[in-house]
Amino acid sequence: MKTIDLFEETSLALLANKARSSLTILGIVIGIGSVTAMIAIGQGAKNNIGSSIQSLGSNLVLVSPGMQRTPGAQVSQRRGSAQTLTKEDADAISQKLSLVKAVAPDLSSRYQVTAKGTNSNTSVVGTTADYPTIRNITMADGNFITDQNVRSLSKIAVLGPTARDDLFGVDSNPIGQSIRIKNIDFKIVGVATAKGGNGFSNQDDMIFVPISTAQQFLAGNDRVSTISVQAIDQASMTQMQQDITDLLLSRHNITNSALADFSTMNQTDIIATASSVTNTFTALLGSVAAISLLVGGIGIMNMMLTTVKERTREIGLRKAIGAKKRDISRQFLIEAIMLTFLGGIFGVILGWLIALIIRQFASIAATVSLSSVILAFGVSAAIGIIFGYYPARSASRLNPIEALRYE
Amino acid sequence: MIECRQITKIYQSGAGDTAALKDVSFDIKDGEFVAIIGPSGSGKSTLMHILGALDTPTSGQYFLDGRDVSKLSDDELADIRKNKIGFVFQSFNLLPRATVLRNVMLPLVYADVPKEQREAQAKVALKNAGLDGSHFHHLSNQLSGGQMQRVAIARALVNNPSLILADEPTGNLDTKTGEIVLETFRRLNQEHNHTIILITHEHDVAEHADRIIHIRDGHIIADAKNGKRHEIIDKI
Repeated sequence: MKTIDLFEETSLALLANKARSSLTILGIVIGIGSVTAMIAIGQGAKNNIGSSIQSLGSNLVLVSPGMQRTPGAQVSQRRGSAQTLTKEDADAISQKLSLVKAVAPDLSSRYQVTAKGTNSNTSVVGTTADYPTIRNITMADGNFITDQNVRSLSKIAVLGPTARDDLFGVDSNPIGQSIRIKNIDFKIVGVATAKGGNGFSNQDDMIFVPISTAQQFLAGNDRVSTISVQAIDQASMTQMQQDITDLLLSRHNITNSALADFSTMNQTDIIATASSVTNTFTALLGSVAAISLLVGGIGIMNMMLTTVKERTREIGLRKAIGAKKRDISRQFLIEAIMLTFLGGIFGVILGWLIALIIRQFASIAATVSLSSVILAFGVSAAIGIIFGYYPARSASRLNPIEALRYE
Repeated sequence: MIECRQITKIYQSGAGDTAALKDVSFDIKDGEFVAIIGPSGSGKSTLMHILGALDTPTSGQYFLDGRDVSKLSDDELADIRKNKIGFVFQSFNLLPRATVLRNVMLPLVYADVPKEQREAQAKVALKNAGLDGSHFHHLSNQLSGGQMQRVAIARALVNNPSLILADEPTGNLDTKTGEIVLETFRRLNQEHNHTIILITHEHDVAEHADRIIHIRDGHIIADAKNGKRHEIIDKI
């Protein structure tokens, strides 16, 4: 039997029972559609988190005081609770290491900040003039802190857009006005542009002041809470991270690196950690959706078994006029595969529509990738084969004499 | 050319073995029109299944066109049915939602006849079976019983088989349309020299054939041609 005839026989059989065929297909459409959509949402969430981590700055190594690095848990330890790093450490990194492009130490802490009757508990970051280049901060209005401000302990502040909105109202221009932090007035000289939040900290809800001012008037000591170091390029990051570790170990007179009183975090590590979280999340969503696909597959099997039963006499006739076992089993297998394949096509379209809606309304960059489309077709064809095999085999094994007598 | 040599068919069941055919031997030459007649349970259906290569005998040999068909595998039997045998059933067994032409072309699909030839071949078979062109594109379930059986005959003819096996072809038809169908067989036998075996339990159906083989309890009890047929029929 020729393949084209096989397809013709199959399509006619499916068209003969339109309602049943389309309901069975619907089961697969829902299954494939939800798997495709869930993978798209998972991928979208992963990309979102990845890009907000990238917006921290590029080629970044963060040096934090007093915590032991333990794999997989870099993100949420008590940074700043130990006070082992100084601005001199930052200066040494900047001056002695060749792979370093820029260094910005910062001293961050949360304070109650007031301005003309409003107040807000927000993060106050004392830092230097290089911080915007390293952390990808651009200015909406005014200027960032200058080296001169740091040297002269100026009481000036730069507001993040969220902090500005909270203290002065949405989209106001507060330059020239002042805020009070720990009873000290700071004059506002600039407002940063919005970067959007991420899973770890809202980079827009911040107030920047000169690091010297923060050490002197707010913290009362000369420690720093993070040193952000930017490498000259991505390839040098690992080497630079090692260089920083060696330099700081020698500066702090520590010989055993396991006992280091600081830790370094590579941006790549952070992305890897975040990715593993979103991957788990995607797998979870995907497996819930896969259950509906399984149910759809059982629907296919159910329909095929009914079809074989109903068409017993037809199978008997086909055998009587010369159909071999192989011809019969192929015909019913292809019927099942055609059902699931059609389900796959419509399912991908459904998944793509869901992804489109999610992208419009939930601000997750859900996209249906080519690989997930190929996967969807592969899976739907496989379901056709798996759940169509048994009914097709039982059809092919029917005895023609008994099949012709079947009532 | 059909040669049956000592064909025995034994069915095994829980109640013990039952012999449906016992040592049956006969020949049928090309171009013969034979009726196999017998009451139900006589073994005529079993004989028809063996002659139609739907089943194989427990012992004995069955030669169809010189080839021993009695020991073949399922797939080899399917090839024999495809190339050498055309079936006509009591209940027609047409595909209900397919057109007349499609039903007749179905054996050609399995015989790998090129698509372009199928329709022409099917139309010739339909004309020979006595059905005119106005019905070719009707769905088979829109036809009358007599028309359906003629479509089934066309389907049996379409691949030019060595043997047409008709199992109670008039069983579901009234006497008048039954006559028309039997006349069709007669004409196919006389004009186109098709070998036809008619399986029936009705002697007035069997009378249409040139030769009658009477079977009872798994044995051939009579086998007569032409004028002598009446001796058998009178005995029944």
